[in-house]
Amino acid sequence: MLQKVFGKFTKWSVLRTLIFKDIEVLIIGSLGIVSVISFFVGGVVAIQTALNLSNPLIPRNLIGYATRQSVILEFAPTFMSIIMAGKVGSYITSSIGTMRVTEQIDALEVMGINTYNYLIFPKIIALLLYPFVITLSMFLGILGGYVASVTGGLCSSAIFIEGLQLDFNPFHIQYAFIKTTLFSFFLATVPAFHGYYLKGGALQVGKASTTSFVWTSVVIILANFIITQLILA
Amino acid sequence: MITVKNIFKVFDKTTILNNISASFKKGKTNLIIGQSGSGKTVLLKCLLGLHVPEKGEIFFGDESLIDMKEKQRRMLRQEMGIVFQGSALFDSMNVEENIMFPLKMFTNNNDEEILDRVNEVIKRVNLTNSNYKMPSELSGGMQKRVAIARAIVMNPKFLFCDEPNSGLDPKTSILIDNLIQEITKEYNITTVINTHDMNSVMEIGENIIFLQNGKKEWEGSNLDIFDTDNKPFIDFVYSSEILKKARKALKNSKADL
Repeated sequence: MLQKVFGKFTKWSVLRTLIFKDIEVLIIGSLGIVSVISFFVGGVVAIQTALNLSNPLIPRNLIGYATRQSVILEFAPTFMSIIMAGKVGSYITSSIGTMRVTEQIDALEVMGINTYNYLIFPKIIALLLYPFVITLSMFLGILGGYVASVTGGLCSSAIFIEGLQLDFNPFHIQYAFIKTTLFSFFLATVPAFHGYYLKGGALQVGKASTTSFVWTSVVIILANFIITQLILA
Repeated sequence: MITVKNIFKVFDKTTILNNISASFKKGKTNLIIGQSGSGKTVLLKCLLGLHVPEKGEIFFGDESLIDMKEKQRRMLRQEMGIVFQGSALFDSMNVEENIMFPLKMFTNNNDEEILDRVNEVIKRVNLTNSNYKMPSELSGGMQKRVAIARAIVMNPKFLFCDEPNSGLDPKTSILIDNLIQEITKEYNITTVINTHDMNSVMEIGENIIFLQNGKKEWEGSNLDIFDTDNKPFIDFVYSSEILKKARKALKNSKADL
């Protein structure tokens, strides 16, 4: 499938329109849900860390430190990608799958269009902007932790910020973005595969969306494990 | 003209098309008819190049579809217009965008030229004032008109219609059939229609190929229907007792004359 995606290219003027449309739907359309989830989960991470710090010998700046590490290393890149597998992945599967069952893909093929390139390539390119979504998620997750800590009286603003700066390793950001970029590729291709090769009718579109979510999540989790072993271990 | 010579198509050890030979004539409405499961759609998909037959030849003019290289096949496909059973309009595009899609993909015309051509075909299929409607806002008959407009916008040499009047009421079906026949004459193209609608057969069947269990059982025109003695074809056409009686009465009255 991938060979055909990068095979005969669709006319650039058409492809450009598709890419912008997919950026709007897949990236801009996801910003709302990503912002809300990131902010509140960041807040919950901070609260739970604070509630588990019963030992007075452990410094309170650990709240900021733990929030930063959790959000940057795992929550934003990995768990947000699994949420996106549900949102973006099921959209890709159902939109391509519906085109399959309503013969729209046949219509494109008969016109002599490389349907793999026309349907899947713009999604891969659009999702190259996915790391920007994750950057926003990181920022809002940490902001959520800060707001929860300060307004909830868990620690002062200065202590939280001190924790944020504590033992900071910039390579962790690189690691997060390396895996985010890889996940963005999975987010585009695994659901597209399930939609493109769908057989049947409307019921199968629903089933394929569920299957694609499961498989995209599994692939992301496995890839996360392998990349972490290769880069951080 | 399209010529099919001795084609066989097998799916899962079941022979779907069994030694089919036929000619689809230019400037005429060629109908492939038969019961569900008779192999009509598979034959149509073989003509479109979506299925490759195990044996046999398909010629578009003098060129063999099966021997064509991918590039030649793509060029040929740009000379084909297709109306799918469910219309296959692109959901995310309005009427105008659906029709202009092939022009944007395959021509270097500017926006003004494209829009002129789109409005020309919209007028031809009697769909004016619907340019900005989405497919979901259109009736079945209007969707078929948009599909026909999209199929002819590139001035094709070949027009393929898969059950163009399925899901339509009899009156709209006849309007769509007549539109297809008019376009066939006007553009002098080879039109192949896959149908099991007897109204279409009687109305526009200039060259009819009847399939049963993957075999060609009968070939002729709508004018030959009353005179044939081919039993499978008679059983298909005169499937109801009323029609059988009408045929008998017609034969008797001819004999009296």
